[in-house]
Amino acid sequence: MPVSHAEEGYVTADGRQIGGTLMELKNITLRFGGVVAIKDISFDIRDGEIRAIIGPNGAGKSSMLNVISGFYVPTEGDVYFKKVKRGPMKPYEVARLGIARTFQNIALFDGMSVLDNIMTGRLTMMKSGLLSQALWYGAAAREEYAHREKVERIIDFLEIQNIRKTPVGRLPYGLKKRVELARALAAEPKLLLLDEPMAGMNVEEKEDMSRFILDLNDEFSTTICLIEHDMGVVMDLSDRVVVMDYGRKIGDGTPDEVRNNQDVIDAYLGVAHD
Amino acid sequence: MAEVTAAAAEPQSIPALLARNVQRYGGLPAFREKEFGIWQSWTWAQANNEIRAIALGFLSVGVERGDSVAVIGRNRPRHYWVMIAAQMCGAIPVPLYQDAVAEEMAYVLEHCGARFVVCGDQEQVDKVIEIGDRVKDLQHVAYTDKRGMRKYDHSKMNSLADLQAQGVAGHYRYEAELDKRISELTYDTTCVMLYTSGTTGKPKGVVLSNRNIIETAKNSVGFDKLNALDEVVAYLPMAWVGDFIFSMGQAMWTGFTVNCPESAATMMTDLREIGPTYFFAPPRVFEGQLTNVMIRMEDAGRVKKWLFDHFMAVARKVGPSILDGKPVGVLDRLHYVLGNLLVYGPLKNTLGFSRIRVGYTAGEAIGPEIFEFYRSLGINLKQLYGQTEASVFITQQPDGQVRNDTVGVPSPGVEVKIGENGEVYYRGPGTFVEYFKNPESTASTKDPEGWVATGDAGYFEPETGHLRIIDRAKDVGKMADGRLFAPKYVENKLKFYPSILEAVVFGSGRDRCTAFINIDLTAVGNWAERNNIAYASYQELAGHPRVYEMIRGHVAEVNRSIAADPILAGCQIHRFLILHKELDADDGEMTRTRKVRRNIVADKYADLIAALYDGRDSIYTETEVTYEDGRKGKITATLRIADAEIAPEQRRAA
Repeated sequence: MPVSHAEEGYVTADGRQIGGTLMELKNITLRFGGVVAIKDISFDIRDGEIRAIIGPNGAGKSSMLNVISGFYVPTEGDVYFKKVKRGPMKPYEVARLGIARTFQNIALFDGMSVLDNIMTGRLTMMKSGLLSQALWYGAAAREEYAHREKVERIIDFLEIQNIRKTPVGRLPYGLKKRVELARALAAEPKLLLLDEPMAGMNVEEKEDMSRFILDLNDEFSTTICLIEHDMGVVMDLSDRVVVMDYGRKIGDGTPDEVRNNQDVIDAYLGVAHD
Repeated sequence: MAEVTAAAAEPQSIPALLARNVQRYGGLPAFREKEFGIWQSWTWAQANNEIRAIALGFLSVGVERGDSVAVIGRNRPRHYWVMIAAQMCGAIPVPLYQDAVAEEMAYVLEHCGARFVVCGDQEQVDKVIEIGDRVKDLQHVAYTDKRGMRKYDHSKMNSLADLQAQGVAGHYRYEAELDKRISELTYDTTCVMLYTSGTTGKPKGVVLSNRNIIETAKNSVGFDKLNALDEVVAYLPMAWVGDFIFSMGQAMWTGFTVNCPESAATMMTDLREIGPTYFFAPPRVFEGQLTNVMIRMEDAGRVKKWLFDHFMAVARKVGPSILDGKPVGVLDRLHYVLGNLLVYGPLKNTLGFSRIRVGYTAGEAIGPEIFEFYRSLGINLKQLYGQTEASVFITQQPDGQVRNDTVGVPSPGVEVKIGENGEVYYRGPGTFVEYFKNPESTASTKDPEGWVATGDAGYFEPETGHLRIIDRAKDVGKMADGRLFAPKYVENKLKFYPSILEAVVFGSGRDRCTAFINIDLTAVGNWAERNNIAYASYQELAGHPRVYEMIRGHVAEVNRSIAADPILAGCQIHRFLILHKELDADDGEMTRTRKVRRNIVADKYADLIAALYDGRDSIYTETEVTYEDGRKGKITATLRIADAEIAPEQRRAA
């Protein structure tokens, strides 16, 4: 079923060609019992762009990301991915679709090495059977070599060679965040969802992470949708920004447009409520 | 006529040595690099093809004879190849320190008139673009790592791989020209130009000829009997003469394998995987490793700790003698063998030193405990004394005559003499040609007979003929009462303590000495953790009363040992303070090779020095700092000044 306003895309300020609509969210409403987390929101994510969702605490950003990732099924409204309407899905189905994510509070296997953690990102692509994997024979070995090579390219890309064999539990926070990004990348996603990738980082770590996000968008032409609190980072990184407040969408556009939007300024600086 | 042929048969340039190695060792590995988690290797034949492809690429972008080709990047086979390829084209390779800020690079690139620059990655390309308008001769930039480079303007830039492809595609056009240029290279052609880090003033470009490099390599390889099966790990800055001699000169002469780590951070793991047989490191690296071992032993279980302490005591007692081939009792020998099985062997393996036949340290004095530690494990660690202008080697220690406090005997082919003022002079086959575009400095450093002043004061020990270096000749001064002031000597003694990273001693022309101390964050931080001392920042830890107490103890010990030396007894430290920030090359306080720039430190912290001498016990200060990306900031602190315990001097018997 075709999406209402599929367009041919646009060109960003720095000269990147952004493609057509990759994901379209139409009139999404999400209720938990009596609580309305998201109220009638529509927006789209274009192929190749960096799309940010921002808003004050409790605005419904993470819920929105969970709707995009398919973890929540919206109470009302439809989600289209690659112009196909999406129903309720299992997590592995989401992964096969080409959507990967990182979490606000890190969700890695602490006892496993960095390498093994990243390898789990490729799990859905491994095809050899249980027996052959257990015996480490033929296809299973060949398959693992191929996957390892892909993983090593990601390790190289994110510059984490020195912690390859280190158990994740021993790593500092900033590096764990990077490992989580690596695992998400290992799935070779079409759409990458980042939930507060810079939270709790110092300036230098933020700069590194921003560079990685830009590079991977550039190099692997991965579409990225991110939630972030640090306004400076968001405004520098993203091509278009959705602003949420109390579950509603109060702004949508380029960073400049959003920055000058009165509703957004009010939401962030606060206005007198009667 | 016969003589001419013989001379011609001996390779006269690095490219000629490469051709010889391809014939002699074609199938043996020449270079290895860990990439994507695997050691990739290139045989001499494969490396030769890659290098020729780069050289053809250079010709295709118009590299001319005598051009400077700058290389800015970490140790990678490709960067070594670029240097050889540049030589093949008759150009001069100029490796630069990759951690230099853009401003420093601008000076060097401008001075050498670089027309071509090869950058390791985007970061280096950005720096070159930033200073591009100042480097007027710049024609073309090539980069090794393609990452993040897609959006750049490529009209005067391409990747090294593309450059190679371009060269190979045009090989019918360039092949003959390349062979012609290679055949033109002689023993007197410039092999490389290395910029000295410049403890004082602007960096100077040291021109080294093929003769300098090849003769030095030949002599030093003979001295230590290196061969084609040796392995080195190339991890020290490519702009440093030592790396050029070890990873290029000696590697080309003997045909041994050069291994490049995956990144600076993986160096220790990679070292362990390769297990080099020939290894060079500045004292700093050995110190760091020993500190790590000690920290880990502190956390080890009781049995392990006992084993370690027990067998290390045995090793200290007999290890060095066994290494030097001196007689040792049978029981001690057995004890040592057992220790080797249980402790030394596994420890050496962890450090990556299992296979070392020859290890060198130089650049600074190494702490006696550190030096003995490695030697007692059976690692043949030796000292050498050298500098860029000498193609490294001036003196070195022969096997079996290794001592902590000397730097050995003159290297083969090198003559050494002591000047009237105690300064050390040398001349030999490695003595540099000139400073590039700087005849005045050349004339003031190298006299017409070829003797070069080292700037270091020292003397030969009459009994052994070994050279001992006291200090920089210009730093050796007099105190107000006319006694000798040798700051480096005292600083080195202080730096032998793991908790002291850096020390700067003042006292020239004054009545007593004082010192700035930099604590070592790793060692002191660990100590603080074990002693339940909480701290939030480097600054807070540095100013902690208990840290002061500990450092005060170290200073008192140093004072006692200085007091025992009749010549230098005046150098005892009366007052000291712990600096609130680490001395840093980005702030200009140290050179890129991490030597303290005494005058700059004295200028910058003049207020602190004044406070050290006027009897105050604390001072408020503001310091400007430069971040890695060149931005500036300011930090403020109130520093405490402590008095140190002074030991009674031993009077020389009249």
